[in-house]
Parts: sequence; C-alpha cells; structure tokens
Amino acid sequence: MTSPPASSPPDALLAIDGLCVEFGAPDDPVVAVRNLGFTIARGETVAVVGESGSGKSVTALAIMRLVEQGGGRIARGAIRFARSGGTIDLVRAPAATMRAIRGDEIAMIFQEPMTSLNPVMTAGAQIAESIALHQRKERTAARAEALRMLEAVRIPDARAILDRYPHQLSGGMRQRVMIAMALSCRPVLLIADEPTTALDVTVQARILALIATLVREMNTAVLFITHDMGVVAEVADRVVVMQGGRKVEEGPVTQIFAAPREPYTQTLLAAVPKLGALAGEDVPRKFGVEATARAPSPPASPSPIVLAPAAPAREDAPRAPILRVRDLCTRFEVHGGFFGRVQRRVYAVENVSFDVAAGETLSLVGESGCGKTTTGRSILRLVDVEAGAIEFEGHDLATLDAGAMRPLRRHLQMIFQDPFASLDPRVTVGFSIAEPLYIHGVARGAAAEARVADLLRRVGLDPAHARRYPHEFSGGQRQRIAIARALALEPRVIVADEAVSALDVSIRAQVVDLLLDLQHTLGVSYVFISHDMAIVERVSHRVAVMYLGQIVEIGPRRAVLGSPQHPYTRQLLAAVPVADPSRRRAQIELSSPDIPSPVRGVDDPPPSAPLVEVGPGHFVARHRVGAF
Amino acid sequence: MNDRATLVADVEVIRTPWNEFWRKFKRQKIGVVAGIFVVVLVAIAIAAPWIAPYDAENYFDYDQLNAAPSMAHWFGVDALGRDILSRILMGARISLAAGFVSVAAGAVVGTLLGLVAGYYEGWADRIIMRIADVLFAFPGILLAIGIVAILGGGEANVIVAVAIFSIPTFARLARGTTLGLKRLTFVEAVRSIGATNWTIISRHIFPGTVPAVIVYFSLRIGTSIITAASLSFLGMGAQPPTPEWGAMLDAARADMLTAPHEAIFPALAIFATVLAFNLLGDGLRDALDPRLDRR
Repeated sequence: MTSPPASSPPDALLAIDGLCVEFGAPDDPVVAVRNLGFTIARGETVAVVGESGSGKSVTALAIMRLVEQGGGRIARGAIRFARSGGTIDLVRAPAATMRAIRGDEIAMIFQEPMTSLNPVMTAGAQIAESIALHQRKERTAARAEALRMLEAVRIPDARAILDRYPHQLSGGMRQRVMIAMALSCRPVLLIADEPTTALDVTVQARILALIATLVREMNTAVLFITHDMGVVAEVADRVVVMQGGRKVEEGPVTQIFAAPREPYTQTLLAAVPKLGALAGEDVPRKFGVEATARAPSPPASPSPIVLAPAAPAREDAPRAPILRVRDLCTRFEVHGGFFGRVQRRVYAVENVSFDVAAGETLSLVGESGCGKTTTGRSILRLVDVEAGAIEFEGHDLATLDAGAMRPLRRHLQMIFQDPFASLDPRVTVGFSIAEPLYIHGVARGAAAEARVADLLRRVGLDPAHARRYPHEFSGGQRQRIAIARALALEPRVIVADEAVSALDVSIRAQVVDLLLDLQHTLGVSYVFISHDMAIVERVSHRVAVMYLGQIVEIGPRRAVLGSPQHPYTRQLLAAVPVADPSRRRAQIELSSPDIPSPVRGVDDPPPSAPLVEVGPGHFVARHRVGAF
Repeated sequence: MNDRATLVADVEVIRTPWNEFWRKFKRQKIGVVAGIFVVVLVAIAIAAPWIAPYDAENYFDYDQLNAAPSMAHWFGVDALGRDILSRILMGARISLAAGFVSVAAGAVVGTLLGLVAGYYEGWADRIIMRIADVLFAFPGILLAIGIVAILGGGEANVIVAVAIFSIPTFARLARGTTLGLKRLTFVEAVRSIGATNWTIISRHIFPGTVPAVIVYFSLRIGTSIITAASLSFLGMGAQPPTPEWGAMLDAARADMLTAPHEAIFPALAIFATVLAFNLLGDGLRDALDPRLDRR
C-alpha cells in the first residue's frame, strides 16, 4: 500500500473539509466534531486514532450520513466524494443518492460482530442481500457471488458457512462474514470502525492481515478507526490523531510514530505499552518513569521504583507462597433436550496449579474462553469448584461452605473488568467503598468515613467525592473507586480480572501505575488476569499462559515472554500488534481456525499431564492441548 | 457518552437517584398533572366528612327524590333522597382506601416472594412461580369473585380479594428484575467482599426493583379500584347504605332512563380516578425506566 503524499485534494477520493457535527438541542449543542479536515486518496489506508469521546466514530457516521439517525447533525463543512460521474458533496446529497452510495461505493465494518449481523438470517443470505440490492443480480447469482466472497475472506469450508446463522459462528468468523459483506460490492472506500477491538489478539492479527490483503487486491481505500496505536502501526499509511472532536495531528505513519510533534500524540504514544520494553528486567515497572524520560533505561536495575518500605529485599530468594492452587477443575454443565438433562460439559478449568507469593504478581494470560476468568472466580469461590485445592492461610477454600468462606473474603478481593457495572448505581461511592468495612465489622461511623477518605486519596481522588454516585464519574475514575473498595480491608491477594482492559490507553497507564504503587507500599499479591501481553509484561513477576482451560506454560515473566517454549505462547506473542510501523509483521496464516471450544461430552475430559520444567521455575506442557 | 459525566464535580448539586428521578419526572407534563389530581383526590378523601355539604348516609330529602342537579344539590339527588355529591366525596375514601390498601398488601407480599424466587431460584422459585401461574390462569374479576364467595362479602374481604390477585403480578415483576440484577457485576462484587445473601437482597437488589414496583403500583391502583367497584356493583362488596361508587352505580340502574345523573356522576368519578392513576403510572415509567433515557 504505497500512498501519495498527504493533502493532494485534486486526486483525493474523499476530502473532508471544515466538518462540524453537533448533538442535542440546536440552542445548546454538544459539539462532537469541530472543524475537521483530511483527505483519503484512492487505495490509501488512513487511520483515525483517538480515545473515547474524541469524535472518531462520529466522523465515520457523518461520512455515511448515518449520524442523523443517532440524533446528531452536520452543522457545517463538506465531505467531497469522487464518484465515477464527478465529485459530489455527501453533506448535501439527497437521501436516494446516499442509499445508492452506502454499501456499494462506501461500505462499513462495525466493532461488534455479535450485534451487527441479523441473527435470523443465514450468513449467505445476508451477503447475497447486499449483492442483490446493489448489483441487481438474481438469487442464485447473488448466492454464488456470496460464496466467492466467503472464500475470498479465507473462511474454511465456506459452502457450509453460507447456511449457518450468526450465533453458530465464532466472533472471528462473524467479523469475516461482515468483511465479506462490506467488500461484496467492491467499494472504493471501506470504513472500518474498531473492527478488531472485540476480538482476541490472534484472531485480530488474522483479520487485520486479511483486510490489508483484500484492500490491496481490490485497490480499496480504507478509513480505519481505532484507539489502538499498535493496530495503527500495523495497517495505516497515514494517521489522523483526534482529541475532543478536533484534529490534533496528521501525517504519514512513520513520521507520527518516529517524530510526533504534538504533546497529545506524544503522551498517547508513551502510554502505549510496548511488548519487549522490559525485556531485560525481572520486576514490574511503572509507565510514569518511562513516559517522562524516554532515555535508555539502565538495564537490569533491580528496582526502578524508589519507595519500597513494605516489601523488603525483592531478591530471587524463594518466598513462601501465600496462595497455592492445586489441580483446580471447574466445569459447567450444559443442559438440553426435553427433560433438561446434562448433555455436554464446559471444561472451563482443567487441572490448573500455581502458587502466588506475597507481594508478587502472577498474570494469567490467554484468549477468550481459555478459563482465566473462571480460574479467578474459582479462587474467590464465586463459582463452584469441581475438584482440586485452593490453599490460603491454612484453609482449603475449595471445600469451605459459604459461611466459613465469608470471614476469609477479607483477605481476598477482586477488581472487575467493567467499571460501569461493578459499582451499585443506587448507592454513593463512599458507601460502596465502606461496605466491606461494615460487613466485616472493621469500622463504623466516623472511623469508616475517615478510612474512605484515606482510600480515595490513596487512589488519587478527592475525598469529597464520597458522597457522589457512580454515574458522575468517568471510566478511569470508577476503576479507581473499585480499586479503593478492593483495598478497604487491606487484603493479602487481589484478583484483578481484566481490570484495565476497558480503559483508554492514557488512563490505563495511570491505573497500572497505581496498582504497582499499591503493591509496593502494601505488599499485596495480584492475580492479574488479562489478554493484553504488553500490560502483562508491565505488571507481572510471573506469567501463566492458559489455553483451553489448562496452563500450557508458566514461569518467571522474563523467561516466558523472553524465551517462550510452548507453540501457543509463541503464537500469542507473535500476534500482538507492534506499535512501530517499521517493524510490520511478515505474512501470517490467514485461514487458520479460531480457538476450539472447551465444550465436550459429559465423561470426556480433555487430556492433561504434568508440566515439564525447562528452566528455573519455568514449566511447559509437552502433551497435546487442543490444536497444539 | 461516558465522557459527558467526567467531573461535573465542581457543580455543587449531588445527583442522587431521587434528584435524577425528579429531574426526569418534571418533564412528564401529563404525569405531573395526573399526579396533582391524585394528590387533590387524596386530600378530598381525607377531608370528605368536613367538606361534604350533607350527611352521605343519613340525610334524606324526601321532597326531591331523583331530582336533577341544582344549586342545592350540585350532582343531584338519588332515589332515596340522598345528596350524590356528598356520597361521591365520601365514596372517594372507600375507593382510594380499597385501591391503595389492597395493592399495597399485594405489592409487599408479591415483591418479597419475587425477590426470594428470583434470588434463590431452584425449588423456591418453582413453587412460587407455579402458584403464580395458577392464579394468573383465572381472569382477575373471576378470581376476586371466587375469593369473596369463600370469605363472604363486605369491604374488608374485597380488599383481601384484590390483594390476592395482585400478588402474582408483583411476584413476577420482582422476580424478573431480580434475575436481571443478580447477574450484574456489582452484585458479584458485593458477594466477593463477603456480603450475606440477606445484605445483597435488601441493600442492592431490592432498591433496584423499587422503580418497577412503584410504576406498577400506580397502574395497579386503577385496576384495583375498578375491580373493587365491580364487586360492589355485583352486590358482593360494600353493602348499602355505604356510599361506594360501584354500589351507587348498581343502585342507579333502576332509574337510569329517568334520572341518568345518578349513574353519570359515580361513573365519572371512577373514570377520572382510574385515568389519573394510569397517566401517573405512565409518567413514572417514563421517568424511571433507564431504557428510555440513556443520558
């Protein structure tokens, strides 16, 4: 994808000029996009990057003229689009013209493959519909074309997929169907709005490569909307950085990454965790250190963070494990049939064993459905455990009943993924934070209030906010509140389940720094569950890679990420987008299948065997697990 | 969207759930008018003995039997010479009390059962919901007639009958909301800090069911007033000379053609009251249903 230099309006395919989009009442509008302008040339891939609320998705909807349906309106500006019969302004185009353009000349892929396909139509019928609509083909011809498109997006066994309904397809397959649909009429411009955000990293790598291959073959221009700088580096020719509805910076991708001019772009790039940034170090490191001074960091410094009063001597000396998990199995039953009998079983967690030492972070990584979240929930007994032992302070948590478990919950806390769902919207955040104190009878009245104020200060919020309700806070602030609540009882172990995944990159960096600071001052252990390898590298002492409910590799972070032994670990690491346009990946396999399902017959547990030690504390599965 | 909420921290007002509700309800003009009407109605019912121009049960004007509305008797006089306006004002007490008490009893019992069924599921859920299904299978008025037939007539038994047939609706409503809330992360978060089931239900799930229950409560009062009036109309509820609106309609039947005002005014009273409660319920729903306002 070679591109002509930026800003060459005459031969531009799409030229946005002075675009303003507003929402709400005309006398008191909320301006979502302000005076935005950029161009896209034929066959060029332009990435629009920004954090939530930057107006990037609204821009895409404005081009499609779909923004009116969302209650917005284009207040000013022009969107000039070069058609075969001459250039028209999409802002002033009549509805009939827009209908003809949409799907035919400009196509769009949405973020959520689960909801953007019609659940009651087969995949084939949906693709054929768009073909029949725009190319006036008959049913059989449209269906044949649909099959060709499915083959073009490298779906294995395309003929069978044609007659499947969306719920029968995995997320990656659905996104392929969406791409097939979008490209079926060979549009000149493809708008991809966060097309891979909801997908696993290995699937994301394949989908990105697929889009790149197809647009090259068809000479399609792409407007790629994303928040992920790694993805930008992977796909874009040119980059437009947006913040608060304004264009902050624009330029060729290499220039943006190598020499960003604007401070906002610089902070955005600094906040992107880069896999391999801690390659020579054993312990986690905060972002803050690096974001301010990007000088080459001293290699293998034992601890770059100066304050370490509570956690003395973090040497290699083996520390006693505080939490020992042995042969943990958690299974769910799938009921079906007329009498609701158990027909299948989800082998969510199979023979998982690990230790967590005091003041240590063990990361569980893997893709969706690998059992990492279920493992975390099993430790806290939020789900029932099938077999195995969870030893904590002389108790086996796996066998305790609810009443005996309750006092122990003081020492084991959890931070959840979605900060918008994990706080009760009907009570003040102060109450949410104080509730564990009340429940365990630790503090009441003024003492509890003082503790809440202290906790809020500790997570970087104003103590006066205790009287407010969750809806008044942003996602990052809510996650800080959730962390304050988890800290209220001074737990020994915190299970952080994708605790930073839902946050914008700059906020994510702050929250990670906060977690690391708290570990240093309080000596708390984390079980850090994440799919994001770069964050995992940042926070963990040790890493366990999970696949199909089993740990396939576990060991010190430096060993697992530095010299991965299991093929799945290698694939996972290779799939992480590299935020460096000069290091784009070579060809990757486009058609390899998605992760197999952990659902099996009732008495057919997947095979598992002891892991083999390959280095100090570094264990790898040598038996066959799923596709590996 | 979420960024809109980013730090309104400098604004002095704390947006409590109550403030939020009031902010939205104020925009429901029809609901506000209906609400004012209901408040006035309640005031009238309370003050009825003092504002009624005549004694509702023991004043008889034998000179003006079936007389049409006049300056002395604004709503006219009935077949026994009683002032209809006074009887309607006193009747408001009975109808509102029957509507409110019966629905309140049904709502309390039904919500509790629904919370238990939805939270624990399993056998408790199955038993409670099967009983509710059985009650649902009867048409409401038929069920009420059956209960009155068993317990005997009279106002108190009408209230019991209407309460019983309100229970399953509230149980289903509370169960549905509970099932939804129970799966939310914040409930799991509270469980993970060691809260007991009772704490979770009372402090985190019950408040979540309140909006739905309030909306249904107000809508249900209308229905219950009609049911209670119907039972009286059929002769099973309030007995003469009690000034009950349904019983008044029943008494007016004989003279419907010669003295239509005897039927029109009680009917209007029932109509206006039920309409007001329904409109209030709609307004409350629009203000309380989060699906209708995502801001």
